[in-house]
Amino acid sequence: MTTNRREFLKIAGASALTLVAPAILCPAWAKENVITPSRALTAQRWGMAVDPSKCRADCTDCITACHAVHNVPNFGNPKDEIKWIWTEPFASVFPAEDHTYQGQSLQKLRMPVLCNHCTNPPCVRVCPTKATFQRPDGIVMMDYHRCIGCRLCMAACPYGARSMNYREPRPFIAKINPDFPTRTKGVVEKCNFCEERLVKGLLPACVEACKEKALVFGDMENTRSAIRRLIESRFNLRRRANLGTNPQIYYIL
Amino acid sequence: MNKNKWGFIILGLAIFVIGITFPFWYGKGKSTPPPLLSLDTPAITALTEKRCVEDTAFMRANHMKLLDAWRDEAVREGHRLYTAKNGRTFEKSLTGTCLQCHSNKEQFCDRCHNYVGAKPSCFNCHIIPGEVKQ
Repeated sequence: MTTNRREFLKIAGASALTLVAPAILCPAWAKENVITPSRALTAQRWGMAVDPSKCRADCTDCITACHAVHNVPNFGNPKDEIKWIWTEPFASVFPAEDHTYQGQSLQKLRMPVLCNHCTNPPCVRVCPTKATFQRPDGIVMMDYHRCIGCRLCMAACPYGARSMNYREPRPFIAKINPDFPTRTKGVVEKCNFCEERLVKGLLPACVEACKEKALVFGDMENTRSAIRRLIESRFNLRRRANLGTNPQIYYIL
Repeated sequence: MNKNKWGFIILGLAIFVIGITFPFWYGKGKSTPPPLLSLDTPAITALTEKRCVEDTAFMRANHMKLLDAWRDEAVREGHRLYTAKNGRTFEKSLTGTCLQCHSNKEQFCDRCHNYVGAKPSCFNCHIIPGEVKQ
């Protein structure tokens, strides 16, 4: 049997339509599911770029947004402080780059710091219960159900990105967000790159809250992503990268 | 002196046996009525088909295993949707799914947990929607 050009095009067209069909039919099912896999943001490796020069002085929008969304308690005491995202002066963020003759603008700069979601995370390696683990998309996540509060991860993390609940945190949460659990006394907590928001198709709370667009979040492995192009075009530093942790927070300076 | 020693030993054994069997003979003949679990919540009343995620018998016997599996799958594997045996899908969430219908935790969860002496630690962290401090 021979197929002429007309027949071939008909079959090719019909085949192409079947590829589009699921996308058209999907909304009928989607109503029933609160979270559809199609809506979730996914990546091969999540990363974040921080441009501290865009930060307004004394701005705490990202911190406020993050800590409100994740029910982070405020014990009113720096010793017990729980931090998911916070600010540090340049000399603390990049101790190796600081010197006597560093310009005033850099020395005075306070920049947002958070968990670096390292590709080679020391906290994951030391956790005896696998409460801290690394997801395939690079997020270093905590399973609070398994945390026994041994604090080995706090000792292992070179960035101080982990905080321990020495006391029952619930009475110290200003306003509880019912969509996210609190923690309990005796567990360690840290930034989770808003994985609970990514699955709903939302960007991390800090990124969304930043009016100056100082925080850029995206897929490091995607050569066409905004973050990848930004990192390729601007000079950037990572915190204590010489330790071999391969951190995924990039500071544009 | 020797006789006296045996007396003490037998007395001690008798106290031990009485002590260890105390719960059996003290509780004999008594019965505590099983708790009445309330399903009277606005969300459940509004349901046309009164069916939990799975059928009642399965949920009564296995809800703790189901929740344990949900916990691991949602947190560790990122699989957040559960497909029930009859094909309906649910978000794997204690606060977001279970407690949306069973909004009366005290009349439902707590009554049975207290009766059987189970002390689940779920609610140390997971939020009971009605109890949120504003």
